[in-house]
Order: sequence, then structure tokens, then C-alpha cells
Amino acid sequence: MADAARDPQQDDTGLLELEDGEDLFPEPGPGPALEESGPASLTTEDLSTNANGPKQASLFDDDPDDLFAEATEEVSLDSPDRDVLLSDGPSPAITPMTPPTSVITPRIGHAHDDMFTHSSFDEIEEEDGGDSFDIHISVSDPEKVGDGMNAYMAYKVTTKTSMSLFKLREFSVRRRFSDFLGLHSKLASKYLHIGYIVPPAPEKSIVGMTKVKVGKEDQSSNEFVEKRRSALERYLMRTVKHPILLKDPDVLQFLESSELPRAVSTQALSSAGLLRMVNKAADAVNKMTIKMNESDAWFEEKQQHFENLDVQLRKLHASVESLVLHRKELSMNMASFAKSAAMLGNSEDHTALSRALSQLAEVEEKIDQLQQDQANADFYFLSELLGDYVRLITAVKGVFDQRMKTWQKWQDSQMMLQKKREAEAKLQFNNKPDKLQQAKDEIKEEIEELEMKVQQGERDFEQISKTIRKEVGRFEKERVKDFKSTVIQYLETLLQTQQQMIKYWEAFLPEAKAIS
Amino acid sequence: MVVIPAFCLNCCSRQLIQQFLGTVLLLYCFRCVRSIIRSVSVDLNNDASLLIDIPDALCERDKVKFTVHTKTTLSSFQKPEFSVPRQHEDFIWLHDTLVETEDYAGLIIPPAPPKPDFEGPREKMHKLGEGEATMTKEEYTKMKQELEAEYLAVFKKTVQVHEIFLQRLSSHPILNKDRNFQIFLEYDQDLSVRRKNAKEMFGGFFKNMVKSADEVLISGVKEVDDFFEQEKTFLLDYYSKIKDSTAKAEKMTRSHKNIADDYIRISATLNITMSFVSLQKVEGRVASDQELKLTELLRYYMRDIQAAKDLLYRRARALADYENSNKALDKARLKSKDIPQAEEHQQQCLQKFDKLSESGKKELTSFKGRRVVAFRKNLIEMAELEIKHAKVRSSIQLYYICFIMCTNELQYAWGICKILCEQI
Repeated sequence: MADAARDPQQDDTGLLELEDGEDLFPEPGPGPALEESGPASLTTEDLSTNANGPKQASLFDDDPDDLFAEATEEVSLDSPDRDVLLSDGPSPAITPMTPPTSVITPRIGHAHDDMFTHSSFDEIEEEDGGDSFDIHISVSDPEKVGDGMNAYMAYKVTTKTSMSLFKLREFSVRRRFSDFLGLHSKLASKYLHIGYIVPPAPEKSIVGMTKVKVGKEDQSSNEFVEKRRSALERYLMRTVKHPILLKDPDVLQFLESSELPRAVSTQALSSAGLLRMVNKAADAVNKMTIKMNESDAWFEEKQQHFENLDVQLRKLHASVESLVLHRKELSMNMASFAKSAAMLGNSEDHTALSRALSQLAEVEEKIDQLQQDQANADFYFLSELLGDYVRLITAVKGVFDQRMKTWQKWQDSQMMLQKKREAEAKLQFNNKPDKLQQAKDEIKEEIEELEMKVQQGERDFEQISKTIRKEVGRFEKERVKDFKSTVIQYLETLLQTQQQMIKYWEAFLPEAKAIS
Repeated sequence: MVVIPAFCLNCCSRQLIQQFLGTVLLLYCFRCVRSIIRSVSVDLNNDASLLIDIPDALCERDKVKFTVHTKTTLSSFQKPEFSVPRQHEDFIWLHDTLVETEDYAGLIIPPAPPKPDFEGPREKMHKLGEGEATMTKEEYTKMKQELEAEYLAVFKKTVQVHEIFLQRLSSHPILNKDRNFQIFLEYDQDLSVRRKNAKEMFGGFFKNMVKSADEVLISGVKEVDDFFEQEKTFLLDYYSKIKDSTAKAEKMTRSHKNIADDYIRISATLNITMSFVSLQKVEGRVASDQELKLTELLRYYMRDIQAAKDLLYRRARALADYENSNKALDKARLKSKDIPQAEEHQQQCLQKFDKLSESGKKELTSFKGRRVVAFRKNLIEMAELEIKHAKVRSSIQLYYICFIMCTNELQYAWGICKILCEQI
């Protein structure tokens, strides 16, 4: 990774937060492109051209752990896995441009686990040979079937594909929520213990469903259905993106066959449900007691990485949820302010001012609508994505746990083998000849069995380790792609909102100027 | 304890706004902060014969000490340029003495500046101190920033309102000649002794009277003058509307602040701080800009209208007094007793009433003009700022999109962004 591309003129003051407008596109010459030299604006403090000078890391000098301070060393963008954002792999040497890299370098956390950093770029996946991946699933048309407490929502699952795996190019079936859960539990039971990361299904929601069943046709139940629909769609897409799972007969059946046996064991209060809960508890206890001698640093590192990611994602998810809430609040407050301003305008007796105030009210109302839409975008893009990944990370951690269990089994067989061998050795020194032969034969058999078990255990363990390596590599790639594309979509919505806001305010400005 | 290096972020001067609750907190020197402060009112400092401003302020414990700077060509002052330190209570003293002065009954006395309220930042500060051990480095830094921004906003506001108060006085042809005003500007000793005396003298007398002003205005007194009748109706109605709008605008600004805080938290977690930090700063700025332009405007005029209502009230009382004196005169004539005193009294009341009406009319008319001009200025500036901020936000977002998409072709990303941004 060439470090050679460091900008020679990069100064250490490098890395400070972008002040709005000013440092955004600094040119070696004067004046940032964006700033207008209007009347002293709120950003004047940032405008001062000596900003790059005094505005220094000196601020953070006393804060050695502060990210900024560290980052001043790491200014070049082609630093390998610290490459912040959404690097997918080792990035080719970049020649930073004329503007000091200080500006564009986002804050680089030193060895921080980064949301967007691909952590295992050393395992570049080869695409599955054969069919190029071309399948698109959509979930649509939620329809309520039946009524009362036995009612349920049926969704239309449409598959469009050109892969030879499927009989048709485009087909659709109707499925209900428990069908999805059933699919997941089948896949989990088949693949989890050999180390495949099976995407988790959307969560059950008794409250939400009950509202729908009861027939409340209101905003919140519509939102609930929409939320569920989009979650199911994402779930299916993630499942089929997995090259092994895609070929699984259960998946194919789910997508293709018009009738599916009802997955009863997914009911919350069934015996299968209780069994699941018991198993989960047992697993948790086991996890605490298994002390694995990790011989492979890769796994340790990965587990740590996922732990950190988990923490980060959860925090982020919480913040984004709060953002959504606040934006909805903002929109409400704007609406009520708009009404109030309109009334004020009516009461104002100076005609031009009155008109301007009414215009202001209108602008605020339009913007409030914008904010509403933005809040929805916040939610559907960011919040749901984060929620999905929190669950996915749990699945990944589960896979690591499976590996531990496999290792445990292997160790157990080894211990048993050891014991039997000791018993055999003991027998050698025993003096009863006739019983001896029989016992010896028995033990020999057991030992052979156990030896095979141990070998199998070792093979299993190695297999699962290998699988996990591949899976984690694939998962990370997918994750980065997913985040990238979602963040871009989200930013695009933000952008649109801003453009609209500009239009509205620009329309208002002449009205304000017309007050005389 | 919260400790921040002791020089200005902007110009590196060592003279920071100091001592917020005993620790050096703020990151800008006053001069730099000053350049950010906008005046809500019309350019009141137009008349060169008496120019007043507040170039500096210190915050110690709970008290804010303002430096009041005067530049004058008037001979009534001892020096052409001078500065004095004043506390908030001194401003209140000045306001109250003006209100209590009988001669000024026909004038709209500019509303007193509200007490500096650092409650918000103080709370945050406590939280910061308490949570210091449990927070990560990033969170801590972020909260520090939040705290700084909020403190700055409160500070800006309070300096602004105090300054406006003085500038209103200096631009009023009658009030700017007030003896107490001059003392306030010039007297280089502590005013607290005078303040105490004043309190003993007036004892908040007038304030207690004003409490039921609205009722007097709305009910009884029969209005003889159309102009005042209209004004009364208008002001009463407008007051309630503007009070409502102020409250709603405050809620709006709070929501904006919440969103800014959320962005702070998101950026703390994300480590991709660039875009979100900038977004957060913009949001925070929008919140405080909006506040200054819109909310403060509304708040200020709400208080101003209250002052105008007070004027109407005083006039209504004078009218009531006049009517009473008429009745008393009639009674005296009936009883043929004390007629000259009653006549004298009646004349006085009439004079007072006429004087109040005349100056009241002038005041209310100029008040309307002032209000319209101020609204115009602030609405324009607010719209311009909103546009600017939206453009900045867009460019940041655009940049970020390009960055994400072309991580390996940074040059491209920049080029594209610059082109696109120039088009915005």
C-alpha cells in the first residue's frame, strides 16, 4: 500500500472538522468556492482565512486520545485498512489533490472498528462459477385473509430471475408471515451448525399483529404492515444472496411452490417454541463455561471485531431512532407554528407585512411536510438497515458459538479417547487372563470408534472454521455494499429535501423584500 | 472538571470568554463571538451623536458583567468615549426608573432585557461532569461541543437584548436625555448603592398597578378617540397572537436543536465524522440562526407590544382620572364648595390626558413603523440564511455521496463535487 502518495504540502493542522462551507473545497488560492462575502454571516468566524493556521490541533493537544490528534498523522487516504469509509479492499494509491488533504480526510479512527471498513479484505471472494447472480425478489400486496383472531396477512412474493436454477423466469406465490419464519427455522437447523450465517427473519410482533387482526384500519397499523413487508423483502433478498442457501430445496420450494405446509412450530406458544427457548438458555450457559484455546488469532480478532461492531450498531440504531422521533416532532412543531404565523399575519394591519407573514406560514407548512417525508426516509433507510444488521451480527456471533461447540465436541471425544486408552493401559497390567482378552477387545473397539470420532470431530472443526472464514468474508463484503448503497440512497433523500427547501425559501425572499 | 485550552478557536487570542461556573469553557474570544452576534432590531445605532454598544462581557458564576461602551459628541457627557462595567440588575434599575418617571408616561418605554438564563448549559455541564468517567472519549468530546454551542447561543442572546435596550434608549429623542440614562452610561463606580436607594423609593409601586392593566383597557373606559380605539383593539389581539407564535417558534427551535444533538451522537458513534459533524454544525447553526432571527424577533416584539399596552393603560387611567375630576367638579359646583380646587384639578387632569394622547399617538405610530422595518430585516435575513444553509447542506451531502461512490477515484469525486456545487 503505497504511502508514497502523501501530499507533500500537507500540513499538520490537517484534520479538523469541516466548518460549514469554508473548508469544503479549499483551493490553494483564495476563497472557498462556496462562501459568499455577504454581510457578516454566522459562518464569519469560520471564514477567517487564517483558520487553517491557528485553528489547530493545539486545541486537542491536551487530549492525546482524541481522534483528531491521532488522525493528523493519518492524513493520507490510501492508508490500508484504516481507510475509513466504505473501502472494500486495499485501495490503490491515491494521489491527493492540490487542496490539502486535511479537508477531505474524514476523521480516521486509528484502529477503530469502522462501520464501513471491510475487515477481511485479505479474503477476496471469487464469484460462484456458473450462473451469474441475477435474482430479484419483491414482497408486495399485503392482503388480510380471514377475520377475527385467526386472521393473517398474506403477501405476494414475486421472483424475477434468469438463473437456470428455477423453472420459470418470473413467478409469484402467496405467503404468510409464519411461512417466512418456518423457512428460517428450517435453514437454521440445517446450516447454522456447520457455520453458515443464516440471515435472521423479521421479528414477531404480537402487539402489531393483533391490531391488524382486530381490523383497525389506521395509520399505525398501515405503517406496521408496510414495515413488515419491507423487512420480509430484505430478508428474502439477503437469503438468496447467499450462494449456498439459494440452492437449498426449502428455499426453492418457498419461492416456487404455490402451496406450503403450514409451519406450526413457529408459533410463539407452541411446544416447539418452548423447546427453542430452553435450548437458547442452555446455549447461553454453555457459552459461559466453554473455554476454548484459540489457536487461530484470526478468529479471536474477528470475534472482537464483531463485538465492537455490535456495540457500535446498537448505539447508532438508538441515535437514529431518536433522530426519526425528533424529526417527526419538528414537523409537528413547524405545522403548528405555520398556523400561528398565519393568524399573526391576519391580525397584522400593515398589508405588505401581513402578506409576508402569511407567506412565511405557507413556507413553513411546506417545509414541515418535507420534514415528515424526510423522517420517513430516515427511518426506512437508516433505522431499519441498522436494525437488520444488529440482528445479523447476532447471527454471526451465533456461528462463532457453533464453532466453539464443535470444538467442544471434538475435545470431549478426545478426552473420552484418552480415558479409554488409559483404561486399556490399566488392563494390560491386570492379571485375569480370560476376562482380559474380552475386555481388551471391547476396549479396542471403543477406542477405534472414539478415534474415528476424534478424527471426525477434528474434520468438523476444521470444516466449520474454513466455512466461517469464507462466510465472514462474504458477509463483510455484503455489509459494506449494503451500507454503501443505503447510505447513498439516504443522502440522496436528504439532498432532495435540501433542494426543495432552497426553492421554497427563494420563493419567499422576494415577498420579504417587498415589505415597505 | 471540564477544562478546555485557553485560547480562541478562531483567532488564537488568549482572552477567552471566561469562567463559566469556575472553569474556562468557551472557545472563542469575545471579539470573535461579537462578529457572530446580530442585532435583532433595526440599525438603531445610526445617530453618531450617541453611539452605544456592548463590546465585551464576562460571565462569573451566575452573573454576567457587560462592558457598556459609549461614543458621543454631546457636550452633556464628560468624555467623548468611555466604557463602564454593568450588571444585569443595573439595566433593570434603569428601566424601572424610566417607567416610574411621570414625565415619560406618554412614551413607550423599551422593554427591559430578560435575565440571562444559563440554566440549560449549566444542566449540561453537570451531566458532563457526572458522566465523565462513564463516557467514551468521543462522546465526551461531543458533549463538550454541544455544551459549548449552547452556552454560546445563550450568551449571544443575552448580550444582544441588553445592547438593544440601550440602543433603543439612545435613539429616542426624549429618553436619551434622561439623567439616569446618562448616569448609567457614565458613572464609573458601582451602581448598586443607587439601585438600593431606588428600590426603597419606588418599591415597585407602578409594577403592581400594571397587573390589571388589560382589564382596565378592555372594560370600562369609554374611548373618545378613534385612533386609540383602533390601536387598543389591534394591540390586544396582536399581542395574544404574537405570544402564541413566539411559543410555537420556540418549540420549533428546540426541535432543531434536538436534531443537531442527534447528529452529534450519530457522528460520535460512526467515526465517519466528516459529513455528519458538518451536518450537525449546520443544524446547530440553523437552530441558532432561526432563533435569533425569528424567535428572538417575535419575543422582542411581544415585550415591546406589552410596553405599548402599558402606554395605553396609562392613558386610559389618565382618561379615567379626567372623567373623575369632571364628576368631582360637578359635585363641587352643586355643593358650591371648593370650586377653584376642583377646577384646578380638572384642568390638570385634562392637560395630562392631552399630553399623554399626543405623545402616545406619536409613539404608537413610530412603533408601527419600527416593527414593520424590523420584521422586514429579520425575515429577509432569515430567508437568506436558510437558503445558504440549505446550500451548504446540499453540497456536503453531494460531496459525501461522491466520496462514497468513488472512494478509489478521489480526484473524480472532488472534481464532480466542485462542479456540482458551483451550480447550486
